[in-house]
Amino acid sequence: MTEPAAAPPSAPLSAPLSAPLEISFDYTRSLGPVLSQFMTGLAQRTIYGSRGVDGRVYAPPAEYDPVTFGPPADLVPVGPAGTVLTWSWQPEPREGQPLGRPFAWALIRLDGADTAMLHAVDAGSAALMSTGMRVRPRWAAERHGHICDIECFEPEADGPVLTGNGQQAASQSAGVPGMDGRPVTMMTTPVRLHYQHTASAEESRYLRALQAGKLTGQRCPACGKVYIPPRGACPVDGVPTATDVELPDTGIVTTFCVVNVPFHGQRIPSPYVAAQVLLDGADIAFQHLILGCEPDEVRMGMRVRAVWKPAAEWGTTAENISHFEPTGEPDAPYDSYARHL
Amino acid sequence: MNATLAQPSSGRQSSGAGHRRAAARAAARPAVLGTGQTHHRSKRPDVSIAGLCREAVDRALADAGLGLGDIDAVVVGKAPDLFEGVMMPELYLADALGATGKPLLRVHTAGSVGGATGVVAASLVQAGLHRRVLAVAFEKQSESNAMWALSIMPPFSMPLLAGAGGYFAPHIRSYIRRSGAPAHIGALVAVKDRRNGARNPYAHLRQPDITLESVQASPMLWDPVRYDETCPSSDGACAVVIGDQAAAEASARPVAWIRATSMRTEPTMFAGKDNVNPRAGADAAAALWARAGISSPIDEIDVAEIYVPFSWFEPMWLENLGFAAAGNGWKLTQAGETEIGGRIPVNPSGGVLCSNPIGASGLLRFAESAMQVMGTAGEHQVPDAKTALGHAYGGGSQYFSMWVVADSPG
Repeated sequence: MTEPAAAPPSAPLSAPLSAPLEISFDYTRSLGPVLSQFMTGLAQRTIYGSRGVDGRVYAPPAEYDPVTFGPPADLVPVGPAGTVLTWSWQPEPREGQPLGRPFAWALIRLDGADTAMLHAVDAGSAALMSTGMRVRPRWAAERHGHICDIECFEPEADGPVLTGNGQQAASQSAGVPGMDGRPVTMMTTPVRLHYQHTASAEESRYLRALQAGKLTGQRCPACGKVYIPPRGACPVDGVPTATDVELPDTGIVTTFCVVNVPFHGQRIPSPYVAAQVLLDGADIAFQHLILGCEPDEVRMGMRVRAVWKPAAEWGTTAENISHFEPTGEPDAPYDSYARHL
Repeated sequence: MNATLAQPSSGRQSSGAGHRRAAARAAARPAVLGTGQTHHRSKRPDVSIAGLCREAVDRALADAGLGLGDIDAVVVGKAPDLFEGVMMPELYLADALGATGKPLLRVHTAGSVGGATGVVAASLVQAGLHRRVLAVAFEKQSESNAMWALSIMPPFSMPLLAGAGGYFAPHIRSYIRRSGAPAHIGALVAVKDRRNGARNPYAHLRQPDITLESVQASPMLWDPVRYDETCPSSDGACAVVIGDQAAAEASARPVAWIRATSMRTEPTMFAGKDNVNPRAGADAAAALWARAGISSPIDEIDVAEIYVPFSWFEPMWLENLGFAAAGNGWKLTQAGETEIGGRIPVNPSGGVLCSNPIGASGLLRFAESAMQVMGTAGEHQVPDAKTALGHAYGGGSQYFSMWVVADSPG
């Protein structure tokens, strides 16, 4: 279990709790005929643009003609050198950006094209960047049919145009789509998102109480319903909820399912029982895990109690309660919880 | 501004004429002029997202006998961005959707988004703002993993989320308990929908030989929901062209007149939320029937395309929509009344259980309902369908959108 970061030591106890939330997935992209030719071209060190019905050449190519919205008339090689139309200096490159050292983002109109494409220019310093400067692509040694096959652009004044060692690249790339002539039809787009997830003030108080082994909800002054976790406002009446209510760690299963399906990102191995647990005195159930009996012994209305982890492991998390288990008491009658379904 | 001040009377006249024109159009009925959809598949590796949308758009325009130049505005809907990892896909889709130089609007209401997209497009026409609006919705599930995207575990909480099935299965259990429905009702729905899907050339799953026994023998995924009672993961798109009364009357092809639309929302979780029979859905339906002048839905609706991602939602939504009293929806299913030829055929297309490109699934319900009253549903046509319901829901039974279409303006 990851230990959620508490607020900084100097922060008051009322400060909201906050912890990192990382989300990542390698999305795949099917390219379709136009972008497939573009990406295949990149793997082979050729940049294609699309010729529009208006005679203009769009690079990168437009999947659909911007004037007629039909397929482009044809694709034509452009560049590879081009002219910087405008640029912005990136002094501190970030994760996932084309270069690990300061570079320029530039709109580059490739020779033969009428539109500009965005890419990085490795100029060394902002002082060496200028609108109207000539640049050429620096190709990646390993190319897969991706915009990053152009590692970046570099000032043309740096020397003769490098086309790369074609034979060496070909020998290294046997079997790589595009580089061996087979069309590139798919690409992968990894997405990595780094959030800082901050709990509300009410949820933070609830979580700090959990860290002390207490279950604390709040009562709505209008409808009298008790919410756990508390939300600070009643979603029905729209009024602040200020009255804390300490709840016992016993309750009932209102309803549940048995999760048998494994899936990407799963943290509890299946099968497991995910139940709606309604604590005694609460008016809304929350989801938790049921153990201590076979999954097919779990019932609607079953009385359960919390099984806490050892106090030394408690943090500001609902995971302080390892799971709920049957108490062995008689089931609650259906009518007593029917309105909570 | 100055000109208006200098000539107040002519300004008023001009404005008044504009209001009258708008009022005249607002009073007019919008209609579906054409529908289009892709052949839904688990993977469409041959097209980009733009190409997928365009297939549906081209078919809808061909069905309407129109071209992109006839379209005045475009409304696009898709499920949450995390499902495909494309931020604001509507921006990059502008060319493919022919939206350059026109209003382009994205709608976002989770799984109900396809339905909401149809309602927004209809509203733009009904408001008199546009003559013809193109509604497009899509999903390319093969590029991502919706189960993962729906199971993001935020800090401080129990890591128990298990996709849409994990969310809805407990509420299905509640329905079974509350209604006393026999355990095989869900399987009956699955058999009916998958067999219907076999009549639909666009359906992803087409299983003419499925049986009650085979459904009941399929693996239990989220007890009480079995594999065969669960929607597939599909790549697909749907498009609908909606026009004003003049455009509809000028069309040489059959149209589906939009008699009423309705949308309602409620929080996902609150004390007193009825997860079996959500109030937002019931309120949306009541408003829909009132606007359409329908007093007895089961007698006045000839066919319904209802958003049923897990089989048990057929009886649940039959009750929520008012086709049956609370607790009695399953009796219609059990009696075969929801089959083609029954009292209220539900999902003759095979529905979400056969094709689930999530963002498009709602608009597919709306399009299929229109196809039924246009008489263009082919092998899954309900005979003599004159009035039809299209329905979608999304989130944790949080968003509801629906419309009634008919073969005459009414």
